[in-house]
Amino acid sequence: MGARDRLDRLRERANIANRDADEPTALAAVVLAISLLLLSPIAWVLLEASEMPTGRLVELVLSETTTTVTVNTLLLVAAVTVLSILIGVPLALLTVQTDLPFKRFWTVTAALPLVVPSYIGAFAFVSAFGPRGELADLLAPLGIQSIPTIYGLHGTILVLTLFTYPYVFLTTRASLISFDGTVVEAARSLNASRWDAFKRVTLPQILPGIAAGALLVALYALSDFGTPAIMRYDVFTRMIFVEEQARNLDAAAVLSLLLLVLAMAILAVESRVGAGRDGAYVSSGDRRPGEIQLGYWKLPAMGFCALIATLCLALPIGILGLWLVRSADATQAGFVFGAQHVINSVTLAAAAAGLCVVVALPIAYLSARGDGTLSSLPERVSYVGYAVPGVVIGLSLIYLALRFVPFLYQSLFVLVFAYVVRFLPQAVGTTESSVLQVDPSYIEAARSLGYGPITAFRKVVLPLVAPGIAAGAALVFLTTMKELPATLLLRPVGFETIVTYIWLVRGAAYQGQAAIPALILVGVSGLSMLIILRQES
Amino acid sequence: MAKQKPSQRISEFETIETAVDDPEETVLSIDGVSKEYGREKAVEKLSLSVKDGELLTLLGPSGCGKTTTLRMIAGLEAPSAGSITIAGETVADGENGAFNKPEERDVGIVFQDYALFPHLNVAENIAFGLDELDDDETDARVAELLELVDLQAHDEKMPSQLSGGQQQRVALARSLAPEPDLLLLDEPFSNLDVRLRVEMREEVRRILKRAGVTAISVTHDQEEALSISDRVAIMNDGAIAQVGNPGEVFENPESRFVASFLGQASFLSARVTNRLETGLGSFDPELLNGPIEAYDGAMIDVLVRPDDLQAMPSTEPKADGYVVHRQYNGPNFIYRVELHSGDVVHCMHNHVETFEAGQPVEVDLAADHELAWYPAE
Repeated sequence: MGARDRLDRLRERANIANRDADEPTALAAVVLAISLLLLSPIAWVLLEASEMPTGRLVELVLSETTTTVTVNTLLLVAAVTVLSILIGVPLALLTVQTDLPFKRFWTVTAALPLVVPSYIGAFAFVSAFGPRGELADLLAPLGIQSIPTIYGLHGTILVLTLFTYPYVFLTTRASLISFDGTVVEAARSLNASRWDAFKRVTLPQILPGIAAGALLVALYALSDFGTPAIMRYDVFTRMIFVEEQARNLDAAAVLSLLLLVLAMAILAVESRVGAGRDGAYVSSGDRRPGEIQLGYWKLPAMGFCALIATLCLALPIGILGLWLVRSADATQAGFVFGAQHVINSVTLAAAAAGLCVVVALPIAYLSARGDGTLSSLPERVSYVGYAVPGVVIGLSLIYLALRFVPFLYQSLFVLVFAYVVRFLPQAVGTTESSVLQVDPSYIEAARSLGYGPITAFRKVVLPLVAPGIAAGAALVFLTTMKELPATLLLRPVGFETIVTYIWLVRGAAYQGQAAIPALILVGVSGLSMLIILRQES
Repeated sequence: MAKQKPSQRISEFETIETAVDDPEETVLSIDGVSKEYGREKAVEKLSLSVKDGELLTLLGPSGCGKTTTLRMIAGLEAPSAGSITIAGETVADGENGAFNKPEERDVGIVFQDYALFPHLNVAENIAFGLDELDDDETDARVAELLELVDLQAHDEKMPSQLSGGQQQRVALARSLAPEPDLLLLDEPFSNLDVRLRVEMREEVRRILKRAGVTAISVTHDQEEALSISDRVAIMNDGAIAQVGNPGEVFENPESRFVASFLGQASFLSARVTNRLETGLGSFDPELLNGPIEAYDGAMIDVLVRPDDLQAMPSTEPKADGYVVHRQYNGPNFIYRVELHSGDVVHCMHNHVETFEAGQPVEVDLAADHELAWYPAE
């Protein structure tokens, strides 16, 4: 080999090395910029609080409203979490480890309440059990004039529990299924009874699963806006909305800050539980322990499953059906639901989905392929949308827009950005898991066949991760369709979507007309759940 | 390497045996046990008894019902018919439906994948079955077992921090801790790599003998069964084909199935006259085990294993056959030789004696023991 040849080769190699070094840096810079944008809602809350005179801040934090709202919220979160465990764990045990008849059917009915957006559930419950509701109408001829009110704490607890316990059910079920049955047999061969074996072996191992579900429920109960608003129960989300409508900006900011602190606290606990799950506690295997014979308990167990299914599924869907029948013969009055609402919702959702995919890909790629904590930092940051309640995102973007980009105020651009902040974690999650499944040696193979890094990515990685990206886009699309608080706060005047239509009708008590849009949203939620299930299998 | 006789191998173990109270006492007796899953018969009318301190292995191909038998002894499955008695107590009886649950039997199990409790450390795993003892007694017993399995330094570790061999020792210690009447081992070495497997065989036998426990193990690995057991029960199609000490079953297989399952068996067809006429020449019938007179004039098949035969390069027409295949095992070669008579036999040779395929050979019967035989099929 001549000296010239060798020099050429060296130069070539150096070139490749240079390109290698350049590429992640450029990628990292883009990703960093995106991350900073994503953090803007939190930045606003902190900015607003820091600009406030200390006296006013202390006054607001210690005010009676704040105290009441904090107590109310904590009560609600605690009660919903505990009740969800009490419903979700027994249902998971019944459907996985016993000889309950029609197990598959009950598994589906136990998970299905997740497809009913909780504000629609709340709406249906008010319509069924509220004053002048269906139940009151039924009882009135019998001389019963008043029934206990559905509004307030217990109504909120009831509705939130019924529509969020499936999180506990699903995570508990997953850990029961992956749980290695031989350890139960081992325990019994060491003279532990069935109950002893459950307590000493099964329970400690499924505890992280239960905790993971319970924390999801807690986070949901903390940040849900629709249910407490409909149930007229003063929690952070509702009061932030009320203060915003009353233009009490500083009060809304302080409440937002406190809400954020609570959400972060729940997430901190969750990440610790998650870390524990990766540790020494996993025993997985495909052997199931023998089924528990229910015997005389078969009927009560089925009754329990049926009761939950009736409350969570039959009742809201029945109410929606009733509205549908009634609205058919009632004359259309006031607000008319039309194609425009659907078009608006779909347009917004498609824009959010498209933007999320574009943003998620570099973040997911960097996190999956990069080394060290620095490259996974943007991925962590993208989870901010998961932690920050929708009402806080909505509120902060209003004021950020007014202050820094007034020409964008009241534009759809801000609304779409809010959706991206909120739902980016879903797109990043599905994309990252599909990037992780692509063997890095594929790229090396493509490079060794003479393609540059970008061509190699386009020709090899992209086709392989496309299904994950598509799933992420579909998820964002569907969840955007049913998003309530940010849409309410940020939509331009006169721009109505399916969700805002339902909200309007609820306010004006023209329930009948909510039937069709509500059923559309239930269908949309059902689709997104199908996608999640397919991703997991 | 010439294969050692299994009976000699066992005497090579240096084991400190704990004296067994009454070596003639029957600890386990299985009487006519069957197990059906729907129409499928997994085990059919199986009877077996195991004496105090004995280590018996159920050996058989997969699907022969050995694991089902083990699970019925443990109480993890109920027999469809027949009875099982452990230490004098009938724990399952198909007649009257009596059935003791696993926790009501003094039976320990070492599972195939060990099934250590992942949320408990080594000491806590071992102590799991000791809830009748107070704290001090428990600590003492755990220490005793850690010493027995030689893991004193690992008591605080979690199962995931242990190697495969260590996990197996913990599993063994855990099941021995409550002093079971009977210990069951389900494919105990199948999760270990080959080197460790050989080492752990000796180790497990040492531990079991020192603990003086009666044990039943299940495996499909004939070498493992022959090397660790006091007795081997070979199973086929849900029934026991033969039971006996390892040397006995290896040298005198009672059926073709047993013969072909143990060692690389070939069958040499022979006509019985006052001599044996075979494809390798004629031999004295004294070479066979058992009387042959009744078969005078008939065809029989003689069991020959690779170490019984020697091949020598030759030329036609003296050759008995020719080499058709060579299997290299490292220390030795096994040659497959097709005889002119039509039989196919295997010969074992030192690793330096290489023949090529197609080489005509003379084959010599070089057995220094009696040969088993079966009436021709």
